[in-house]
Amino acid sequence: MADGEYVLEARGVLKIFGNHVALDNVDFGLRSGEVHALLGENGAGKSTLIKILTGAYQPDGGGIYVDGAEVSLDNPLHAQTFGIGTVYQEVNLLPNRSVAENLFLGHQPRRFGFVDFRRMEADARALLANYDLHIDPSSELGTHSVAVQQIVAIARAVQLSGKVLILDEPTASLDRNEVERLFEVVRGLKARGLAIIFITHFLDQVFAIADRVTVLRNGTLIDTRQLDALSRTDVVRLMLGKDIAFSGATDVEPSETPDEVLLEFKAYGRRRSVLPFDLTIHKGEVIGVAGLLGSGRTEVARIMFGADPADQGEAMVNGKPTSLRRTTDAIRHGFGFCPEDRKAEGILGDLSVRENIVIALQGKLGWFKALNRDEQLEIAGRFGEAMDIRAASLDMPVKLLSGGNQQKVILSRWLATDPAFLILDEPTRGIDVGAHAEIVRTINRLREDGMAMLVISSELDEVVAYSSRIVVMRDREMVAELRGKNINPGVIVQAIANHTDEAVA
Amino acid sequence: MKRSLRPLAATAAIFLIAYAVSVLQFPGMLSTRVLGNFLTDNAFLGITAVGMTFVIISGGIDLSVGAVIGFTGVLIAVLISWLGFHPLVAFAIALGVAALFGAAMGVTIHYLQVPSFIVTLAGMFLARGGASVITQDSVPVNHDFYSAISDLIIRLPGGGRLSFIGLLMVAVFLLGALLAHRTRFGSYVYALGGNPVSASLMGVPVARTTIQIYMLSSVLAALAGIVFSLYTSAGYPLAAVGVELDAISAVVIGGTLLTGGYGFVLGTFVGVMLLGLVQTYIIFDGTLSSWWTKIVIGVLLFLFIVLQRIIFAASAPGEESPEKV
Ligand SMILES: Nc1ncnc2c1ncn2[C@@H]1O[C@H](COP(=O)(O)OP(=O)(O)OP(=O)(O)O)[C@@H](O)[C@H]1O
Ligand SMILES: [Mg+2]
Repeated sequence: MADGEYVLEARGVLKIFGNHVALDNVDFGLRSGEVHALLGENGAGKSTLIKILTGAYQPDGGGIYVDGAEVSLDNPLHAQTFGIGTVYQEVNLLPNRSVAENLFLGHQPRRFGFVDFRRMEADARALLANYDLHIDPSSELGTHSVAVQQIVAIARAVQLSGKVLILDEPTASLDRNEVERLFEVVRGLKARGLAIIFITHFLDQVFAIADRVTVLRNGTLIDTRQLDALSRTDVVRLMLGKDIAFSGATDVEPSETPDEVLLEFKAYGRRRSVLPFDLTIHKGEVIGVAGLLGSGRTEVARIMFGADPADQGEAMVNGKPTSLRRTTDAIRHGFGFCPEDRKAEGILGDLSVRENIVIALQGKLGWFKALNRDEQLEIAGRFGEAMDIRAASLDMPVKLLSGGNQQKVILSRWLATDPAFLILDEPTRGIDVGAHAEIVRTINRLREDGMAMLVISSELDEVVAYSSRIVVMRDREMVAELRGKNINPGVIVQAIANHTDEAVA
Repeated sequence: MKRSLRPLAATAAIFLIAYAVSVLQFPGMLSTRVLGNFLTDNAFLGITAVGMTFVIISGGIDLSVGAVIGFTGVLIAVLISWLGFHPLVAFAIALGVAALFGAAMGVTIHYLQVPSFIVTLAGMFLARGGASVITQDSVPVNHDFYSAISDLIIRLPGGGRLSFIGLLMVAVFLLGALLAHRTRFGSYVYALGGNPVSASLMGVPVARTTIQIYMLSSVLAALAGIVFSLYTSAGYPLAAVGVELDAISAVVIGGTLLTGGYGFVLGTFVGVMLLGLVQTYIIFDGTLSSWWTKIVIGVLLFLFIVLQRIIFAASAPGEESPEKV
């Protein structure tokens, strides 16, 4: 291949962590003016490759070339000077600093050597307007929702990218409209000749925007192909090395409503968070929660779990009025909660995979019935296998796992407690297609075992696949409850949209 | 109000109330003389605390500053009195030595990934030990330059006097505030305290910034040592024992979060003044043992740590209304 064909290229890259080969002799070439999707299962090595291409990790072999010339990238700042802007998978930016500073950190406009705040904030406002985001640039980033933080991260990377833009699962916490907006921005950059790397587990998005795909499996390069010539099944086969059955919109016969009531919420709500709602949950029932981001979905989960206590209405567990004022109350009644933002709330990064899995179970058993190491290993091993957690060892710190595998660990943690009522907030976010199908199957199996669940998801196909009933949220209010055989994504969209008609100014 | 400003506002309010109460009890405390002495007596503590503020905002701690003050005092006393150097040359040497010392600590902290607590504890023993090896005794400094400096005062109406070292502290605070809040270096310091992993992926030069932070802290401690030497006209190896803890207290009382990421240099100023006020009050009272200072500082510290926890827990990120996008 002629030098100069690629703006950014990796040749024969090798990366070894301990005795685990994360990347083995991987070649990757990026052309200007293309959107290049990088695909692979959880732990395939996608994020590792990105970190090597941007100087966050140093390769153990092979080389990086920018415009055909070999470079050694010492750190991300160095990569930025080549016009490479990146949204890393696990980066939350800096929650303690202002939005504007997060956008421009390291490149703040200066006057007489001092940061020019007025200009920085004006620039930030203009920049965010491209994403239809109208927030105060001087506000602290941490006070905004995950989605807003994600957009800020994207805006930062775009603004830094003179030549190459790298997006590692940028859409994980965005809703459809936001994804569409991001794609518009990406198309614009592509037209300007930027080279873009896009990592995602949403195949629809790959087909919507990418020109070429590169597939990694277990740290080795499978192939780089033109996307036009491929079908969805081809891509999945490249990723997994086998075919999988898509669960699609299996309308599982909602076995006639089970009648043993587990939970009842009456006019339950919390001021400034969720308007009062009524909801009855039976044993063996999965309630899907649909709605746009910021519609109050997560808030419903949090007040049910006592993470933010309700201040009105009442809750009954097994027919008895119960107060769920803190999470320990909820856990005592057999509740489990797998949160949306695993980075902030779920993962104990320095503890091992094993400890992360058993910790909630141990909490439930109490500290007097300590699980010994063998029992812990047995439990962790069982879930590790069921969820297909790719870790070199169960004793390795969980922060070293790939993003998707961390998510599987949290899910296992709550499944291990065998809860009576399990709340899952976006359980399949960042999880690869293979494991995705596995999680949907697990949810269905648990339901059949009689567990009650509340599952929040932006994936409508998926919600339809496992829910017995679906509640729709809008503007912090439960606006509809859909039941029966004929729920399908179209109906849900309509339920969300119907109400959006009365739109806010 | 931004939540990170609240502890600072609380400190300022407590300071004003405490001062008002003291003045009601001892009207003599409301005089330019007392105010002037406030600055002079706390100058070395204030200058040290500025450096400490940077360290704590970045998520670290520097336990070596008291020892660096002691070492600097001895070093310049020896250079001037025994070896006949001009004080200005001695000062420059002391600042240079401190810069190297801080850089070495920063390098160790960053490259060997040793917690700052351990590294600066080692630094503390090293500096204190080094000072004691040079001399065990107090070395007096008698130099015209010293008397010239102590004559440099601005007289205030009402008998007060603003000394050179008091004004130097004020200048250090102003420059420190400028550095923390208006420069890229300052933003890197906050970034490290917020999340070092994110910071490095966002392109913050983590190694350089860490080294600079500890250099700054050591250099300011050395400057405090110079001030202390001007103040006492002597160098003593056991001078300023425990000042690191006073400095940390002033920083925390001034509204800086001990876990890093939030804080204000000028908050530290209020913190130092509040500590000074407690001391002055006890002197005015005359009957209280000076150990009461420690007790009051302890209570204040405890109060502020609780206050910060409440403020930061009550409005944890994400709890605020997720806005419409
Ligand atoms: N710092 C590290 N130390 C040890 N192992 C690591 C480290 N970083 C990554 N790994 C391992 O390297 C492998 C590849 O991880 P990587 O994060 O690149 O996966 P990924 O393809 O991005 O997966 P995902 O889709 O889940 O994000 C994983 O097995 C992971 O455990
Ligand atoms: Mg990844």
